[in-house]
Amino acid sequence: MKADAIALPRFHARLWPYVAAALGVAVLISVPNFAGLYQTQLLTYGLIMAIGALGFNLLLGYTGLLSFGHSAYFGLGAYTVAFLLQWLGIRSMELYILLGLPVVAIVSALFGYVCVRHTRIFFGILTLALSQVLYSLALKFFWVSGGTDGLRVKRPTLLAGMIDFAGSGGFSRFLVAYYYYVLGVFILSTAIIWVIVHSPFGKALQAIRDNETRARFLGLRVRRFRWAAFLLSGTFTGLAGILWAPLNGLTTPDVLYWPFSGEIVFMTLLGGFRNFFGPIVGGVAFTFIKTYAVASTEYWQLLLGTVLVVLVLLLPTGIVGVLVQVARRRVPMERS
Amino acid sequence: MSLLRTVELRKRFGALNACDGVNFTVEKGEFLSLVGSNGAGKTTLVNLITAHLQPDSGQVLFEERDITGLSVSERIKAGIARSFQLVNLFDGLSVFDNVALAIFAREGKTAKIAALAANDDDVRRETREVLAEFGLAAKSELMAGELAQGERKLLDVAVAYALGPKLLFLDEPTSGVSSAEKAQIMDTVSSVVRSGAVTAVVIEHDMDVVFRYSDRIVMMHEGAFLADGPPDAIRANEAVASILLGAPSPA
Repeated sequence: MKADAIALPRFHARLWPYVAAALGVAVLISVPNFAGLYQTQLLTYGLIMAIGALGFNLLLGYTGLLSFGHSAYFGLGAYTVAFLLQWLGIRSMELYILLGLPVVAIVSALFGYVCVRHTRIFFGILTLALSQVLYSLALKFFWVSGGTDGLRVKRPTLLAGMIDFAGSGGFSRFLVAYYYYVLGVFILSTAIIWVIVHSPFGKALQAIRDNETRARFLGLRVRRFRWAAFLLSGTFTGLAGILWAPLNGLTTPDVLYWPFSGEIVFMTLLGGFRNFFGPIVGGVAFTFIKTYAVASTEYWQLLLGTVLVVLVLLLPTGIVGVLVQVARRRVPMERS
Repeated sequence: MSLLRTVELRKRFGALNACDGVNFTVEKGEFLSLVGSNGAGKTTLVNLITAHLQPDSGQVLFEERDITGLSVSERIKAGIARSFQLVNLFDGLSVFDNVALAIFAREGKTAKIAALAANDDDVRRETREVLAEFGLAAKSELMAGELAQGERKLLDVAVAYALGPKLLFLDEPTSGVSSAEKAQIMDTVSSVVRSGAVTAVVIEHDMDVVFRYSDRIVMMHEGAFLADGPPDAIRANEAVASILLGAPSPA
């Protein structure tokens, strides 16, 4: 009623995600016009991490399972791209995605089948252990994986080979084109995940998260839902890895190592795991914070650690959570 | 033919005989109250019938079909639903979604992943109807965790009711609310259940409530049945009166 008095438009609770999304997309499309090449490249990394974190949050935020092993699916996506290039000479980004997704989906299904037999800390430890199996393989089978040196990934061709980046000036052209490519995949992935979490299936996941016993007494087969969520989650994080490898130009065991799983958790908490858009903001923000922290101090890990402590103690709902609280206070949303 | 029949149902927890060879029958269409002091075995009996617990021995027959070996989800499909003593809701979902999800589950639609839940008109309409019946229509956009205790108790029953059961177990639907609210909750629940032709078994401590709403009352004591009959017969039963603290006040 106060909103009427000061003539603010009433903001309908159901409408704001779409408005926010439309504004966000408009800004993202215009970024290369005003930001430099380097910033554009950083944002590309950020959007890739956003896809990975969105996938991760299907498990944490929507199913209530904390995975400490999502480096496995990200790394597997990256290595699959490198292997497709090295063994089969494939250079098409679309083929990387089309062939990479089934690989990460199958491994997610296998690992998930084992992990969802448990919940809470046992689940977390299992995901961690399985991811470190992949890490050891990448480290020990160096004649296949390149060991700690990793594998080089050349610039791919985009849109079924229509856009190639050979020759001089190829790198800067690639960065801009690849930004839009990643942006397209990002929008598509976000839309798909949005539909998933708002589908009856997605509601069932949230019900299981909130109250497993009651979910069973709705007749839901809890373990099957968790397995399906795990598969989807790993696959989207794997897609992020597939997109990451060509941009980075190199894939190393770092992306399979557990600290990277921790970074995925960090990004999601930073943005806010209780809000759909949280992992997107977190993925982008984390990429920029880490890059500038690394560039400005050799104690960058200390800096990130401090951010994490502050986050957990003071802002448990993350950046987006705080923004939503502020917005709620300023613009009362219509309810009922 | 009884709707539900248990045959010599037994369950022990160590030295405690929680269910000591119980032969329990529920007739179609009745509103039955299960009473008894704490630890009498009421919740255990409901847990055994709804597969929340497995019996040590004995059988559960639903519409004369042996369902002893069936899982929770299979028994729900057969038509047995329940609510819980301590409110068991999905606090992170809206009131609307709590009920809608039960309907999606009943219709076997929870595997649907490529369509927005809000776009299913049939489910939406039915959810609104159920919420209206339980007097929760105005609260449908709130998170379940934001409701007051009495409303939470009603929503808990509504979620179970939305599963479309033939037999509904309500474990203390009025516990933890004021006496004024108790009557309101029981009025709502009994009218919905009776108009929907659902058979209901209610665990309840408040004897005023029990005498007022029940067609039949079963009294449990130390894992076995002590008395079974219509309210008037139970009220006159001396064994019952001696167990309840003081004689029940006339309703």
